[in-house]
Amino acid sequence: MISIWKKVVMGLTGLFLISFLVVHCGINSLIFLNDGGKTFEAAGHFMGTNPVIRIMEIGLVIGFLIHIIDGFVLWYQNTKARPQKYKAKGGSANSTWYSRSMGLLGTLLLLFLILHTADFWIPNRANQFTTGHELPLFERMKNIFSQPLWVVLYVLGCISLFWHLLHGFRSAFQSLGINHSKYNPIIKIAGTGFAIICPFVFAMMPITMFFGWIK
Amino acid sequence: MSAGNMNLTLKVWRQKNTHSEGKLVTYPISGISPDMSFLEMIDVLNEELINKGQEPVAFDHDCREGICGMCSMYINGRAHGPKRAITTCQLHMRSFKDGDTIVIEPWKAKSFPIIKDLVVDRTAFDRIIAKGGYISVNTGSVKDANNIPIPKDKVDEALEAAACIGCGACVATCVNSSAMLFVSAKISQLALLPQGQPERNSRVLSMVEQMDHEGFGNCTNTGACEVECPKEISLENIARMNREFVMASLTKKKKKNTGGGAG
Ligand code: HEM
Ligand code: SF4
Ligand code: FES
Repeated sequence: MISIWKKVVMGLTGLFLISFLVVHCGINSLIFLNDGGKTFEAAGHFMGTNPVIRIMEIGLVIGFLIHIIDGFVLWYQNTKARPQKYKAKGGSANSTWYSRSMGLLGTLLLLFLILHTADFWIPNRANQFTTGHELPLFERMKNIFSQPLWVVLYVLGCISLFWHLLHGFRSAFQSLGINHSKYNPIIKIAGTGFAIICPFVFAMMPITMFFGWIK
Repeated sequence: MSAGNMNLTLKVWRQKNTHSEGKLVTYPISGISPDMSFLEMIDVLNEELINKGQEPVAFDHDCREGICGMCSMYINGRAHGPKRAITTCQLHMRSFKDGDTIVIEPWKAKSFPIIKDLVVDRTAFDRIIAKGGYISVNTGSVKDANNIPIPKDKVDEALEAAACIGCGACVATCVNSSAMLFVSAKISQLALLPQGQPERNSRVLSMVEQMDHEGFGNCTNTGACEVECPKEISLENIARMNREFVMASLTKKKKKNTGGGAG
């Protein structure tokens, strides 16, 4: 596939995954209502059983797969484009380390994604499939986030997401050909804001549960 | 102040030919004037090497005034050295301090094979240009200045893109060895002007295809190229190239034989 198509696919799937993050982050934030997970589980029930959402979920899985595969293809080809590395490195003078490390950050996100879906999504859907019932996700969250190691792993996942988004959000617009002095400032502000707020809210979930602030 | 008073340690990439292994070789050098250009400093080194019966360092250079784009050197991890918006020939020794160690490497990218020492083969760029980086009709004699009205902002953008000297610093500095800044400049300078319209779509399609074929990496928008480019070519050109490419691909018609045509 032509390089620019690969970039466009990366940008489109990246923005699509960002839209997923908005929904995911919004629904999970319902635990902060501190109502014993009632509202959260109601929303979770809707998302887990509504046929339209379930069909969209297939799109989400495909979106993730395309983004991940395309990401690895880009990373592999880009490594091959410079077989012999420089002895002296001065990259920090002209670009940010995280913009040069999207493949690495993406891989960390993938590892986190495996851990995270194994914790919630996979067992829940498997249970729905075999018994027809959803798992009590709020209780499950409290159990999982009572383990210090898991809290640390989840916070690390959120930190990787922060760096990935800090470059990715803006980068997606450039890949899609949107670079205009009139709109660049708002894209930059929105991107930085989203990259900070979304992973922060996510990170607060295991942290608040671990310390028992969410009952 | 032109007294030669700097003592430096140079670590220069020496490589016999494309297929041999290269390595950094250390050369102490003294009596360098801060007013010398970087290339003059290399001239001094080569003079000394020749006098000692050793082989001088091969390096590319031509105009020595920042317009030909030949003087490719990767200095202390930066394309064309520590300053912004200049070529190596415009870099002066006053940008360094007495006692500094300076590492000098050639551009390193699969698509720019090393020919010898600091000299690389940049004909990949020529092959990309040959795929459409020109206008194939005769423009005839000089026209009246305002025959074809062109908005001022478009002219400015086209001329800024046209400032690209094909030096390859963008490729050299990019973690992905991507040539997108160069190619996008060459596409933009014509896509922005009326004269470039007839071949606008076919140009972007075939130049991008050749760029990939040459083995350059894929841009990930780090922005390093824009910072290191001696002509300050803007990333806006890459965004424009992406738009041009997508539009051209989506609207491309299947080739059909319409017959006839002028001989
Ligand atoms: C919720 C999760 C994710 C979101 C929201 C996300 C978002 C993005 C965005 C917006 C970009 C920039 C696209 C562009 O430059 O056009 C990007 C790039 C990238 N992503 Fe992700 N991503 C996610 C997960 C992943 C995962 C799991 C991987 C696994 C390998 C990954 C690998 C990459 C790579 C390698 C790039 C760099 C490609 C480039 O810069 O051209 N991402 N991501
Ligand atoms: S875009 Fe800039 S760095 Fe790249 S070849 Fe042209 S002048 Fe050199
Ligand atoms: S020698 Fe011509 S640009 Fe440096």
